[in-house]
Amino acid sequence: MAAITIPTPLRMFTEQKKVVEVTGSTVGQALDDLTRQYPALRDHLFNGAELRRFVNIYIGEEDIRFLNGLDTQISADESLRIIPTVAGGKGV
Amino acid sequence: MQPLVNQFGVLSSAEIKRYGRHLIMPEFGIAGQRRLKAASVLIIGTGGLGSPLALYLAAAGIGRIGLVDHDVVDDSNLQRQIVHGVSTLGQLKVGSAAQRLRDLNPDLQLDLYNEFLTSDNALRILAPYDVIIDGTDNFPTRYLVNDACVKLGKPNVYGSVLRFEGQLSVFYGKQGPCYRCMFPEPPPPGLVPNCAEAGVLGVLPGVIGTMQATEAIKLIAGIGEPMIGRMLLYDALEMSFTTIKIRKDPHCPVCGIPASEVELIDYEAFCGVPAHDRAAQAGANENLNGHEQNGADMNKPVPQITVKKLKARMDAGEDLYVLDVRNPEEFEIAVIDGTVRIPMPEIVLAVEDVLAKRKTADQTVLADIPRDREIIVHCRSGARSTDVILMLRQIGYDPDKLINVEGGILAWARQIDRTMPVY
Repeated sequence: MAAITIPTPLRMFTEQKKVVEVTGSTVGQALDDLTRQYPALRDHLFNGAELRRFVNIYIGEEDIRFLNGLDTQISADESLRIIPTVAGGKGV
Repeated sequence: MQPLVNQFGVLSSAEIKRYGRHLIMPEFGIAGQRRLKAASVLIIGTGGLGSPLALYLAAAGIGRIGLVDHDVVDDSNLQRQIVHGVSTLGQLKVGSAAQRLRDLNPDLQLDLYNEFLTSDNALRILAPYDVIIDGTDNFPTRYLVNDACVKLGKPNVYGSVLRFEGQLSVFYGKQGPCYRCMFPEPPPPGLVPNCAEAGVLGVLPGVIGTMQATEAIKLIAGIGEPMIGRMLLYDALEMSFTTIKIRKDPHCPVCGIPASEVELIDYEAFCGVPAHDRAAQAGANENLNGHEQNGADMNKPVPQITVKKLKARMDAGEDLYVLDVRNPEEFEIAVIDGTVRIPMPEIVLAVEDVLAKRKTADQTVLADIPRDREIIVHCRSGARSTDVILMLRQIGYDPDKLINVEGGILAWARQIDRTMPVY
């Protein structure tokens, strides 16, 4: 099974799980499986069928946008990572 | 990489003694130290990241440091903002930091900017410095710092922290990608929690801030491999460091055009959130979310209720609908009895769905928020609840029926229930 590392800001949608195991032979299929397991994530990651612009998916050190996007092939034990944008921050 | 600074400051014999541990390193030597002395660094924010940054850069012998902050020192800062102390509680952060830095290095030229960085003042404030360091805490200022750095052709040493994780990079439009190549758009307001909502391990900004200081020194002295085109992801719980590549986007709206054509915009509107607390209060009746407004009702000031009035109405046995929009971790610290609890990120997603017509309100958590009665909304201090009210107005909730609890649960803890923990 491939694994997707979930960043801190999104763990509220994965019952605080940091790594989710997924099936699929492409990045798109892996993300489909992820959002099947955690449907609340779907709208955060996608706008329709497109990844949202503030969502960065990496395989190893590469951004999938510079590979083959959602069609990028992955091996069964691939590690994917969602890179969040984080502002940090003080009290509100 | 070529050194960013090609001027050489003059070192006194006392300074040569002070910096002896630097001078004996062949990669650095007296030339490196003289470059540091001639260098100027602007640190934006004197909080979690800015504290170790300012301390280490002052100690290392940077000749001129500018500090930008318009906040005052609060006791909740001291868990991580190590440049401040109990003796400077309530003082301006730039003043508090200056006191400590002058003690650390009397030779340092310090410039203090007790102001918020804005599109109007950013170019003036950034222009004199060789290196800009982003130690801010909010998206509007991060995008502003990035765009101003690209326009001025300056490197932006970036760091951010949340809970147990941090990020580090050097965005330098002249030589590589900028922040917008990686994050062209901010996430919708409220979706990504900040440290006040999600927390941060106090040591974490120390780790990332000292790495930012390291990158600044490397850039100035021209040693090693700067983090241009790379981002370091640090996970304190795993104690893991992962480096990923960041590519320059040839179509980047900022670094993909000539620097002279870069225009600083209204970043609060762009991000849909205020850059600082003062804007949250002043902007409570303004449209900060960048969406179309429907009618004059939308611009009405948000009605407020004080915690004392709320308590009195509760004690009178009124059947009230009080909505707590803080995050689940905060519910565990303290709650006001009888409230309905829906975390703000869930409301943000629901409102986005309704606005995009992907779902009807009844198919989301909004089904639990009635439209036909008064809704009293609270969070920790009153800022997030104000944002939630503005969002609910956008999807047709009656502005007169949405009331904000002034000062949030903090005011409740101070005025109603003194046994309640304050965080």
